[in-house]
Amino acid sequence: MWRRLSERLSVPGMLWLSVFAFTWILSAYSRDISRALDAKWIIKYPPAWRLSLKNDISSAMQWLIEDASFGLFSFTDMTRGIAWAIDQPYNLALAVLSTGFVEGLGQEAVEVLPAISWVAVVFLVVAMGQYTKDWGLAALVGCAFIYLAVFGQWDSAMITLASILIAVPFGVLGGLLLGIAAYKWRWVDKLLRPILDLMQTIPIFAYLVPILFMFGFGPVSALIATIIYAMPPMVRVTALALQSVPSETVEFGRMAGCTPRQMLWKILVPSSRSALMVGVNQVIMLSLNMVIIASMIGAGGLGYDVLASLRRLDIGAGLEAGVAIVVLAIALDRLSQAFAERRVDLMRSNRNRHLLLRYPRTILFVLVGAASLLGGYLFPILQSYPESLQFTTGVFWEDLVRDININFFDQLEALKTFLLTGFLLPVKRFLIGIPWPWGLVVISFIGWRLGGWRLALMALALSGFIVANGLWIKAMTTVYLCGVSVVIATLIGVPVGVFSALNSKADRIVSVIIDTLQTLPSFVYLIPVVMLFRVGDFSAMIAVVLYALAPAVRYAAHGVKSIDPQLIEAGIASGCKPLQLLWRIRLPLALPEIMLGLNQTIMLALSMLVITALVGTRDLGQEVYIALTKADTGRGLVAGFAIAFIAIIADRFIATGAERLRERFGLVKQEN
Amino acid sequence: MEIPVKLSCQHVWKLFGDGAEAFLSANDNVPSLQEIKDAGLIGAVRDANIEVREGEIFVIMGLSGSGKSTLVRCLSRLIEPTEGELLLEGNDLRKASSQEMIEIRRHKMGMVFQHFALLPHLTVLENVAFPLDVQGMDRSAREIKAREVIDLVGLNGREDYYPRELSGGQQQRVGIARSLAVEPDIWFLDEPFSALDPLIRREMQDEFMRLQAMLHKTIVFITHDFDEAIRLADRIAIMKDGAIIQIATPEQLVLNPATEYVEEFTQHIPRAKVLTVRSVMAVERIEEGERIDADARIESIAKKVVDSGRSLPVVDKNNEVIGSIDREAIINVLVGGELSACGVG
Repeated sequence: MWRRLSERLSVPGMLWLSVFAFTWILSAYSRDISRALDAKWIIKYPPAWRLSLKNDISSAMQWLIEDASFGLFSFTDMTRGIAWAIDQPYNLALAVLSTGFVEGLGQEAVEVLPAISWVAVVFLVVAMGQYTKDWGLAALVGCAFIYLAVFGQWDSAMITLASILIAVPFGVLGGLLLGIAAYKWRWVDKLLRPILDLMQTIPIFAYLVPILFMFGFGPVSALIATIIYAMPPMVRVTALALQSVPSETVEFGRMAGCTPRQMLWKILVPSSRSALMVGVNQVIMLSLNMVIIASMIGAGGLGYDVLASLRRLDIGAGLEAGVAIVVLAIALDRLSQAFAERRVDLMRSNRNRHLLLRYPRTILFVLVGAASLLGGYLFPILQSYPESLQFTTGVFWEDLVRDININFFDQLEALKTFLLTGFLLPVKRFLIGIPWPWGLVVISFIGWRLGGWRLALMALALSGFIVANGLWIKAMTTVYLCGVSVVIATLIGVPVGVFSALNSKADRIVSVIIDTLQTLPSFVYLIPVVMLFRVGDFSAMIAVVLYALAPAVRYAAHGVKSIDPQLIEAGIASGCKPLQLLWRIRLPLALPEIMLGLNQTIMLALSMLVITALVGTRDLGQEVYIALTKADTGRGLVAGFAIAFIAIIADRFIATGAERLRERFGLVKQEN
Repeated sequence: MEIPVKLSCQHVWKLFGDGAEAFLSANDNVPSLQEIKDAGLIGAVRDANIEVREGEIFVIMGLSGSGKSTLVRCLSRLIEPTEGELLLEGNDLRKASSQEMIEIRRHKMGMVFQHFALLPHLTVLENVAFPLDVQGMDRSAREIKAREVIDLVGLNGREDYYPRELSGGQQQRVGIARSLAVEPDIWFLDEPFSALDPLIRREMQDEFMRLQAMLHKTIVFITHDFDEAIRLADRIAIMKDGAIIQIATPEQLVLNPATEYVEEFTQHIPRAKVLTVRSVMAVERIEEGERIDADARIESIAKKVVDSGRSLPVVDKNNEVIGSIDREAIINVLVGGELSACGVG
């Protein structure tokens, strides 16, 4: 029947238009229809039909914690063991950087050795900057850390840094080993691939809940969540890096008579060192991002400061802590990138020198550390940066925001109202109004048209899962917020990307901005938005747009740049004007790439949506967040899966569409 | 006097694709090229028979896709042959366990790669010492040995450089030094000079000949360059579509190409470079005049004969006269006229 219908409407545009029109009518009159048919189930999925999945998961969790046993030890023993193993190095790092070594408890605690002084830490990062690259980098990271001291963020920053110092080695090592396993055994690779895909789409909050349940509230849970979150890219990078070692190099290793172990550690891993360092950089940045989110389950530090001030709506404090995170992120990012790019031959020159001369920085650092430690007893300024010399800009920001809100209230409000009533709310009403049975039909239909019955079946199964768990309305709210933000991000991002591809000066500026946007932890976006627009869908939308903008710009720019120059020349030779060149050659050919960018934008938007639950949305993200605060594993995971499934459906639809476009243009498929 | 065979391969097949082994035995080990194609397989090496004699330079020459790289990897068991027998010094290589293979590769084989395959994170010295390191030799001993071979290839003074700081020619010298560090019995070179500029390539060929004159290794040398093959080889195997078409000395190839395909290569080769005096001399024995070595290439004695203006005696290894050669014969070779060939079969 479907086939005949589609054949009769030979113009596909007509078909889509009529589907949309019909959906719109159904959506607008769904209430009346359900009343006329006396079938309330059309608009509201009856609770009686719901799967009890979330309760099942919750009770499975309960069983795991209370009764599960591996014979010699119980599940709880295992989680305690893991927690203990992570707690030890973390406490050490925390003592070194922040609390100092103390003996005794509570009132009787006596400080045996203070934490490493701020002077020594600043010296250390400067030395590392100079060692890995040059004095420019040294100055940058030095200033960044001095900033932390001067603006009173030192203590929190050191707690955050301690978490990073523990999370990163675990993440890197775990990722490396898993990546190696995936490289060596096909079945591991096959097993890991879908898990990694799911990990990328499932919102972070969703797995915070089970972790919270297993490891309790506290820094260890936060660290475990961070490690789990930051590991996947390292796994991918490792597997890819090992695969791209030239086959001749591997053959040489075999001809030299390497055992499998020698092959791995003497040939494969070292010769893909620079690629692996890119993965390390990713782990650092993701850890930093996650450490903040993990403050919800007990990580202290800067993330906690931001979270607490967001909750109090204390704009100034939140902004300061947020900026401190950014500063820390930039410093760590540049340092680790410099490590990745550093040329080994710099080390050659001092190979044969005396031991003391070979490690001048290390020795100087030990000296400075000891001096500031001893001097600290006489002059406390050396040990910890004095409060009297600290600045705070909190008041300034608060005044600024107040001024903006007083002076520009009408303009901001007008903009907000205009977008809300003109765009956001109609879309929301339309999407939420769609009766779920028709929604399923439309989703399957789109899948069928794009990729045949397989895709249709998959889309139906995934969206059916959402419906069967009674999350249809919330899912549609998510789709609405995500959709609206993605549309706006694309409308801004694609023109900017195309422009920057055509103009090298603009390209430089844009890429700096985009790089910075990508370095910022997702949390930070919330602060200015809440300051200006308070809580609600609109603020969430702005934050999501900011966070998800980067890929739209990047892919559009890359798509336009990578068009075969001969085609452009052919266009010019056939007499195209610049605008014709853009519309008729550049944009159509860049379209598949732009669609991939759209795909990435959607993924980022979905992951950001969960965080915007903090500013009062009513979608699946909120569902996950509520589950987190109630420590309801089942509810959190089910809602998390629902978000992941939305992401997967969107991903497959767009990827299939982009693939068809490529085929039509005769472009070769590129690996991404 | 027969020189002993170092490495031999008999009826070696390598088919890529699923079910290759079953297919091969189902066809009594002799499927045709068409049958292989119809089965959806790729016949990279088909029924190769080679005997590499001790101390000779055995060149496998073929265009890209002819299967020469696959064949050399079958010889070292980097690629497992689908079928056939491999004998190294009479021992069956295919029966060696992976542990035994590691030992054989560590001590008996060396290999030089087209794109050098140097390890980017190690210095020249460490790269050359790497095969010894893998064997577990201690640092000072392996560095002494490595410095020795680095001297041998003329790279002293660059021990502490990293590969990327060297030119292509220098990098391949490192590759050569590294493959020689374990003093292999058999030396595989897989298009070692193909990635180099023509001038450097020539220089490296000379260097290679100099090394071989000192070391007398048993060599399997892969190339797609017929000129290079002619220049270096004691014997050449020509490959096409995975099969060996002809195995012969350069001279025999030029004189008696087995197929039109081989002839196409030999046509453009200056004969004076290939032919020996023995193959163009007259049987008439004369005594007077400067004696000419029967095994010398025409190119090297042409000027001498032409300048003398008369027939000169040709002598064999034992300095016994076996014939004579005159100006006309030389000029015939130089201008590519008809050969008054004799002696060579």
